[in-house]
Amino acid sequence: MKFKSVFDIIGPVMIGPSSSHTAGAARIGRVARDLFGKQPTWAKIHLYGSFAETYKGHGTDVAIIGGLLDYDTFDERIKTAFEDAKQAGLTYEFIPETAHTEHPNTARIVIGDENSEMSMVGISIGGGKTEITELNGFPLRLSGDLAAILVVHEDRSGCIANVSNCLAKYDINIGHMEVSRKEKGNMALMVIEIDQNVNAQILKEIGDLPNITQVTRIAD
Amino acid sequence: MEVLFRNVRELVERATKENKLISEIMIEQEIMITDRSREEIMTQMDRNLTVMEEAVEKGLQGVKSTSGLTGGDAVLLQNYLKKGNTLTGELMLDAVSKAVATNEVNAAMGTICATPTAGSAGVVPGTLFAVKNKLNPTREQMIRYLFTSGAFGFVVANNASISGAAGGCQAEVGSAAGMAAAAIVEMAGGSPAQCAEAFAITLKNMLGLVCDPVAGLVEVPCVKRNAMGASNSLVAADMALAGVTSRIPCDEVIDAMYKIGQTMPSSLRETGQGGLAATPTGKWLESKIFGGAVVGSGN
Repeated sequence: MKFKSVFDIIGPVMIGPSSSHTAGAARIGRVARDLFGKQPTWAKIHLYGSFAETYKGHGTDVAIIGGLLDYDTFDERIKTAFEDAKQAGLTYEFIPETAHTEHPNTARIVIGDENSEMSMVGISIGGGKTEITELNGFPLRLSGDLAAILVVHEDRSGCIANVSNCLAKYDINIGHMEVSRKEKGNMALMVIEIDQNVNAQILKEIGDLPNITQVTRIAD
Repeated sequence: MEVLFRNVRELVERATKENKLISEIMIEQEIMITDRSREEIMTQMDRNLTVMEEAVEKGLQGVKSTSGLTGGDAVLLQNYLKKGNTLTGELMLDAVSKAVATNEVNAAMGTICATPTAGSAGVVPGTLFAVKNKLNPTREQMIRYLFTSGAFGFVVANNASISGAAGGCQAEVGSAAGMAAAAIVEMAGGSPAQCAEAFAITLKNMLGLVCDPVAGLVEVPCVKRNAMGASNSLVAADMALAGVTSRIPCDEVIDAMYKIGQTMPSSLRETGQGGLAATPTGKWLESKIFGGAVVGSGN
């Protein structure tokens, strides 16, 4: 079940005009910023399908930039996100694509600063609900039934054991886990679906473990 | 994931067996799934209700969207209502004006609560604030109206779709109208089974509705479709309360809606390419609004 809470249906409270193209877009931008862990200084945003066809009218562009500036769906500042981005030193480019994607509302967000770069694909599935389908080239297969945490890490021995030990310490049960890497010894990604909710303290503890680059919780 | 209902049949059976309202089953499931207290959940819904109230009020004062395509119709309707000579009746037109008010605020990038989406956000509050004047509900009953709506929306979102890009307008305003119809029935004292009948009757009459926004904006025809969604839900609620039933069970109507959405061409699923968007006037409005192709970049 992709929609779990009644507030996925009666909600979110948001700035109009479109839950999928404005609120969902803001959420995709905000998750990207979250995963990047800091304010990016540049962003290249590729839009597909209905996003590419209608982004100007729906404010999809200002909403994604708003999300990258850490604005929530109901933040009035979404309307001035372009000017705010200028102030915050974030340059951006929108690239409407013609390629066909599995979901009609798809955005590929590539962001970075002078030190690092990240790419993420998000889809907006209706009513403001979003899913992350790809991170740094790794396809994510989240069932959507459980809360999930994403851990970007260096491909070193002990990493996986450290993370699962930390979760075990807090009595958090892993329902499903996937580990993928691009090349041996390089960047890798853990996708961990869990039965209980994790708080900021646990996330911080995981983030402080050796060879962990970034930890993010995917809400719902 | 453990849930109390996966479809409308299970929802109605549970409510009937336990002699509870649909809204109560939705609240119980929310407590179970999110591990939050009843009070917290009720408070959050109360806040959403307040957002809806404020959006209606704002819309009734008159707003205008940036494109200039929508705004001001809620005011026209309220002024017409005040003359006291309406053909459809006061409650009906009040609901329509408040649905329009909400969507005009949405189109003007104001703050709204998506129910189930932003483009269809007018139907549930529009009907609620009109029916309120007739049924005099308590604040709690008004909050319950949203949980009843949410219960049906939950089934549609998980078993079909509430996205115009995926399933056309039938998935958005169609779902919203069905949700509102079910909630009206519960507030008016109808049974859980009658709520489901009202939902089914409403959605049956919204099947096939395409998503064809002019210039890709959530304005034309979205705002007026919320008006028709609201009126559709009121008629269906009255029919269900009268004892009229749907020959096709509610879950099968939802399934039909899903399958129709899947076979809809992409030009009629929120791409701004077909339907009203592709009419000469639709195209002319688009070029007028976006003029010399705005370049989507900046720094």
